[in-house]
Amino acid sequence: MGSTAGPLGRLRRLVTAAIALLAAASLVTACGSGEDGSGGGGGSGAANAKGVDDGTKLTMWTRAATRPQSEALVKAYNASHQNKIELTVIPTDDYQAKVGAAAGSRDLPDLFASDVVFVPNYTSSALFADITERLDALPFAKHLAQSHIKAGTYEGRKYVVPHTLDLSVLFYNKELYRRAQLDPEKPPTTLREWDRQARAVDALGSGVNGTFFGGNCGGCGVFTWWPSIWAAGEDVLNKDGTEARLSSDTAKKVYETYRGWVRDDIVAPGARDETGTTWTGVFPKGKVGVMPMPSTTLGLMPKDLDLGVAPIPGPDGGRSTFVGGDAIGISATSKSADQAWNFLAWSLGDTAQVDVVAANKDVVARTDLASNKHSKADPRLVTINQLVAHGRTPYALKFGQTFNDPNGPWLTLMRDAVFGDEGALDKDNAAVSASLAD
Amino acid sequence: MQVKAPPWWRSRTVKGMGYAAPTAVFVAVFFVLPLLLVGQMSLSDWPLLAGDRGVNAPENYTDVTHSALFWPAVRFTLLYTVIVTVVLLGLALLLALLVQESRPGAGFFRTVYFLPSALGLASASLLFWGLYSPTTGPLSRVLDTLGLVDDPVSFLGSPTSALLSTVFLIVWKFAGFYMLILLVGLQRIPHEVYEAARMDGASRGQIFRSVTLPLLRPSLALTLLLCVTGSLLAFDQFFILTKGGPDNSTVTVVQLIYREAFQRLNLGTAAALSIIVLGVLLLLNALQFRGLRRADES
Repeated sequence: MGSTAGPLGRLRRLVTAAIALLAAASLVTACGSGEDGSGGGGGSGAANAKGVDDGTKLTMWTRAATRPQSEALVKAYNASHQNKIELTVIPTDDYQAKVGAAAGSRDLPDLFASDVVFVPNYTSSALFADITERLDALPFAKHLAQSHIKAGTYEGRKYVVPHTLDLSVLFYNKELYRRAQLDPEKPPTTLREWDRQARAVDALGSGVNGTFFGGNCGGCGVFTWWPSIWAAGEDVLNKDGTEARLSSDTAKKVYETYRGWVRDDIVAPGARDETGTTWTGVFPKGKVGVMPMPSTTLGLMPKDLDLGVAPIPGPDGGRSTFVGGDAIGISATSKSADQAWNFLAWSLGDTAQVDVVAANKDVVARTDLASNKHSKADPRLVTINQLVAHGRTPYALKFGQTFNDPNGPWLTLMRDAVFGDEGALDKDNAAVSASLAD
Repeated sequence: MQVKAPPWWRSRTVKGMGYAAPTAVFVAVFFVLPLLLVGQMSLSDWPLLAGDRGVNAPENYTDVTHSALFWPAVRFTLLYTVIVTVVLLGLALLLALLVQESRPGAGFFRTVYFLPSALGLASASLLFWGLYSPTTGPLSRVLDTLGLVDDPVSFLGSPTSALLSTVFLIVWKFAGFYMLILLVGLQRIPHEVYEAARMDGASRGQIFRSVTLPLLRPSLALTLLLCVTGSLLAFDQFFILTKGGPDNSTVTVVQLIYREAFQRLNLGTAAALSIIVLGVLLLLNALQFRGLRRADES
């Protein structure tokens, strides 16, 4: 056994320590690649509107947040086609990292869905195949949710189609409304009315709260607060997504309402800590009067919960929604682009949209199918489907690092606006702009 | 029939190199090459989605050190390391002293103290996240039912409570593990030394200070090294429990590496931070070794 004393021994120990620490340092290396990530495998350019169904095995990724919708579509497709899709569901928080790592090592699946707000980053990095001709050849192309198509258009070329639509809407508990002497058929049409109704419900006491929101979750704030600003006719970002307008007077009015709910204890416990993991789990317990929720949760609500749905209003009226959810495209490195397109084209067709998407009480990706046999049975679905045309999907290349990063500048702004120093809003808005223009 | 080894194999040097070769190849492929790649990345403009765009040194290093989160993260990581090291090692030593004798029940308590160590850190963090949650967790409700609090308790809601709640999790999770290392050290101290000390009239405190602690130094050194290194590299617990919040008050340095790589999608700055952390850890470990060796010599 060699001695470890003396200069040589010190050197050995240093080398040993260096090697031991490499395990941590090498974390980031596994994801790198010297190649540029672009590829041409996906886009044959052939305007074959239906693609090819020849028994090919396809791989597909989706995030956990939209798992039920993706699973339902894949199940129905596999049951009716020769091609078979193997779906992998990845935890939502890890999805960006997973896609980034796979892009670096050119291991992306044939199809991958993405939170629509991250799509511009992927299209600008050439992760998706160009599907412009295929998409334009669809007979219903102009009826597809344009906010998703716009988010997936880069330098005039189209790369994605809507996969699952998730809209932010108000859910209100009709039973609590009745108990609070509020008309259960008259949900709020202005932020002021929302405030009044939330306070009326909160006054019931006995563990009942007026409203709830994810106060430590940047993504939740974007999804539920911004529609109130849009409803007033204002935008929150410039056209290129490089400058924020989040300290405008309208924005301040919106923040002030939320701040008042916190100050007067109108919100359910936990809002300050809520990082987004459990924010949709509060309303189904039946103890919250009115709060913004993702439309995809409508089908998951308890059967005995008497709930109404309404658009998110602005301070003095108007209505809007964040047209979120997932868009999906064919990865640029896929060798089965024609087969992958077969799935995409089918998923947007009448059968899939009505018999799978609408039947599961989800929002259809086509405005011409907003009223269908399933939505007619539930007027709440019509309300949601019609909102697609009034909603927006923000566009910014640096969206994730600015708005979804738990240590990013938007969350600082949100928390200052509602829990902390209101006076810092202009400074915080500048920090958001700096991140967007990074 | 006995096969005669070829002449070159009879050389001790060649034989030694032959035995070491598999490990050397493993280390070269999985550790040395990645380190070189990290070094290259840290000097390059290397977005996660686009790949290497060429050398941009020293931009990555200046960018990360000028980031608004860098110095607060360094300060927080050091504070966390000091608190965890003191509390954890103090408690581990106390537990080891409590269960070192083979008296009835000692085995049971050793097992109980060690059990949390069998759980993965991510699982344990998730478990505590559930326990701490003011909306779904039971802890707040139990305290409320017992009449100890009026409002739901926000265990992760303020910078101080988030730090202390995380320290509590780490102490719960690792105290048994460090206890075990110290227990082995304690049991290696010959009984004769204690008997001699007692015959010389030494009190319990004197025996602890003058016999136990000095003879336990190798085990204490190991636990100190592991604890300091582990704390400086803290990630899982904060990633799951606090995500660096509230208000960026619990961002650790390794969280910043993750953020640069997977939120800001910039492998260049992430690699630069990794190299800085590596350098600091090497320096700290070297200092620790040096200090301990000096203490040994004195």
